[in-house]
Amino acid sequence: MRVLYKKIIRNRLAGFGAALVSIICFLSLITPFLGLPDPNVIDTSKRFMMPLVDGYIFGADHLGRDILSRLLWGTRLSIFVGLVAALIAASIGSVIGILAGLYGGKADTLLMRSIDVLMAFPYILLALAIVAVLGPGLMNALIAVAIVNIPFFARNVRGVTLSLVQSDFIAAARLSGRNTFSILLFELLPNLVSVIIVAFSTTIGWMILETAGLSFLGLGSQPPQSDLGSMLGEARAALITHPHTSFIPGLMIFAIVMGINLLGDGIRDALDPRLAKGMLRRSQPITYIDRQKNISLPNTINLISVNDLQTEFQIDNKKIKAIRNVSFSIEKGQCLAIVGESGSGKSVTALSLTGLVASPPAVISGGVVNFQNIDILSLNYEEIRKIRGKKISYIFQDPNSSLHPLHSIGDQLIEVMLVHESKFKRHILEERAIQLLKDVMIANPERVMNSYPHELSGGMRQRIGIAIALANDPELIIADEPTTALDVTVQAQILDILNRLRIQRGLSLLFISHDMNVIASISDKIAIMYAGQIIETGPTQEVLDQPFHPYTKALLACSPQIGSSLGLPKPIKGMPPLMEELSEGCSFAPRCSYFTKDCNKEPIVLSTIENRSFRCIKKGSLDA
Amino acid sequence: MPRYIFFRILSIIPVLLGLTLIVFIIMSLIPGDPATAILGSYATPENVARLNQQLGLDKPLFQRYFIWLSNLIQGDFGRSMSLNRPVIDEILERFSATLILSGTAFVLCSFIGILAGVISATRQYGLADKLITLTVLIGISIPSFFLGMMMILYFAVRLRWFPASGMYALYGGGDFIDLLNHLIMPAVALAIVAAGVIARLSRAAMLEVLRLDFIRTARAKGVPEKRVIIRHALRYSMVSILPILGLQAGFVLSGAVYIEIVFQWPGVGRMMVDAILARDIMLVQGGVLFVAACYVIFNIIVDVVQLWLDPRIRS
Repeated sequence: MRVLYKKIIRNRLAGFGAALVSIICFLSLITPFLGLPDPNVIDTSKRFMMPLVDGYIFGADHLGRDILSRLLWGTRLSIFVGLVAALIAASIGSVIGILAGLYGGKADTLLMRSIDVLMAFPYILLALAIVAVLGPGLMNALIAVAIVNIPFFARNVRGVTLSLVQSDFIAAARLSGRNTFSILLFELLPNLVSVIIVAFSTTIGWMILETAGLSFLGLGSQPPQSDLGSMLGEARAALITHPHTSFIPGLMIFAIVMGINLLGDGIRDALDPRLAKGMLRRSQPITYIDRQKNISLPNTINLISVNDLQTEFQIDNKKIKAIRNVSFSIEKGQCLAIVGESGSGKSVTALSLTGLVASPPAVISGGVVNFQNIDILSLNYEEIRKIRGKKISYIFQDPNSSLHPLHSIGDQLIEVMLVHESKFKRHILEERAIQLLKDVMIANPERVMNSYPHELSGGMRQRIGIAIALANDPELIIADEPTTALDVTVQAQILDILNRLRIQRGLSLLFISHDMNVIASISDKIAIMYAGQIIETGPTQEVLDQPFHPYTKALLACSPQIGSSLGLPKPIKGMPPLMEELSEGCSFAPRCSYFTKDCNKEPIVLSTIENRSFRCIKKGSLDA
Repeated sequence: MPRYIFFRILSIIPVLLGLTLIVFIIMSLIPGDPATAILGSYATPENVARLNQQLGLDKPLFQRYFIWLSNLIQGDFGRSMSLNRPVIDEILERFSATLILSGTAFVLCSFIGILAGVISATRQYGLADKLITLTVLIGISIPSFFLGMMMILYFAVRLRWFPASGMYALYGGGDFIDLLNHLIMPAVALAIVAAGVIARLSRAAMLEVLRLDFIRTARAKGVPEKRVIIRHALRYSMVSILPILGLQAGFVLSGAVYIEIVFQWPGVGRMMVDAILARDIMLVQGGVLFVAACYVIFNIIVDVVQLWLDPRIRS
């Protein structure tokens, strides 16, 4: 509760709302003790007295009544009525919601159907119909406004109750033999409180507004009793001649509702865990790049060479390094595989190359990506955009989520060609798209062109992903775990297609995976990542035959091999380190079976033996 | 798809029946005896009984419902006591005015709301976002009737840009330009609150969608950011924005009551308020039925559009 309070105060707008609401509530509480003139005393000689004249701070209305006094008494009444209506709606709605959620079945269907029927009416209309039946009057307006808001509470509370009832801790409480009432009181209600508070704080403003609205129409409070709505309604006749009589009560309603809305938003935001985690930040079209000024760009014969690439995440003012000094190069036609456990920085490396890591929170804080002798990271958005999907294209891990669910396959294929060469006619692009589908072995390509992703299997979707990547004849394809989300049998097909097309077209491939068997079959070179660093790199077969880094060795020992008689895979003991708690020395040291004291002394530099390099002080002598 | 649309349209019938049932139940809950109300409290019991028989009020409730319903289907909505004319005539005269007002307001609030939401989301925490958030906050907190009154003061009285009331000028008006002139202020006043709600929810929907995987795919394809926002993110967000538009249509249709009062617009809302004050139940009932039916039909259109937008629910 104190945390909630602090969060609300920290949010400036919510704090302003809280202050506004407190002041108005305080004023309406002390109204009877302010010694104001009677709000209903008529004095025709003072008709339409202007503000600040004769001791009338806000002037007088069309019957010469003191507006300040009427305003405060009206505010008191409006807030009271809104509050009571909200309490009635909240309690009845919550009871209905809890009953429906708790008992389910027929009770649930019956209650929710009746709620649906109520919601088939626009709610102001329903309120009018109820007032028509009950007759004009403040009490009746209150009842009407309460009734039309019941469905909102009932629905919200029912939804949460339903998910709570199915949760483990309620099941546990039931199994322990406690009766429904005690479960309701001690397990359900405490968990429902935040939902009810949020619903309450978002609707009470509306309820005050709605009752004021009914009074404004003359259907709520009847003279001489008056709330803010009826003050405004009565003043309307003199709107043009004496605007202050309308302006003052109108502004008061506005202030109350705005204060409550600000406070309600603050409460809702404070209770929303996603906001706290920064999960609702919009990602920029390219990753923020914040490098030191002097970047040298050595000429290279490689298609792409990456030097000292560093990307970090800024979360809650903390900088967490995701990849540290990553360097590698790929020649034309070559396939480099990056291997590592999840969280080792493989994907961040792949996405950093064209600035695709979500920013915020990511920042590329150093390094050079030299692609065909251009430093990609020094280009502006438009220049990078022209490289993406044209010269460097991506295949992503999960074909279920990486294709647009509402665009047809044909549109998605044509789009990648269209955004790079707009001069082509659509039918030419369509033919090319069909040819691409044939290339990735899709039977019936004409039909698939008009299909949507949800109509295709996972393997089909990933072939579409490959077709999109191939569409513009790129120089480099970056495949980020393209087979991980697929069945084993489908994996083989996809790898086959990818490898065949790559060799046919002489493409370079950066292939990311955690599966040693997959990598052995496809790559020329391999780079092994651990805790954001490349810890070993070299020609694939050599590294697999004789690893120089203990981690590589352990990784090989724990990947199962088909037809191997070497026994069960051996898991690596311990867990990968948390990136915010890295030590000076070797990150693998705590899990390493070759550990010596020297491992923790200083950062481990990259040692090179012929065409292999690695970060280990053992220099590759791992026989034991 | 045409099959689905056909059945969806067919499903209006039970919903409309349910609607009439609810209205009938609500209206029969009215305390007191209509015959006594018509004849006055000095009527003899015999006269009251005779009138009850004439009005069919001596029959059981469910039988009365079917009589009432078959009358409705034949276009007989009863007779207005206060106006002394058939309810249907009065409603038909006024309904187009309400439709023009709320239809314009609906188009305005959808357009402004979605546009503001998208701008706000793409410039999250930037100056435009802050300005829009603040405007939206004011928009959803200001009572539409107060806003309407302030607009009259400023734009009609002070600046003399627009007329303050009515639907057409009393003399020499009646053409389209004249209608537009009278329509702008009430339509804007009615649209503001709904636009605020739509803007808020569009912003939230866009922010959620902009984090999804297929947005990253679009960027990796080299799709220009403007196209990513509109063709990829907004297109997907529309699936969750559309139901909100449906709800706001109800708000605009029924919230028109306030605006019709403030701007003296000759619509159904104003008629209903007058009818409630005059205890003219038949007229209220007719108005409620018409507006509610209009809302139901609109939501079916929303469903069909949803179907067109989202291929996943088509199959």
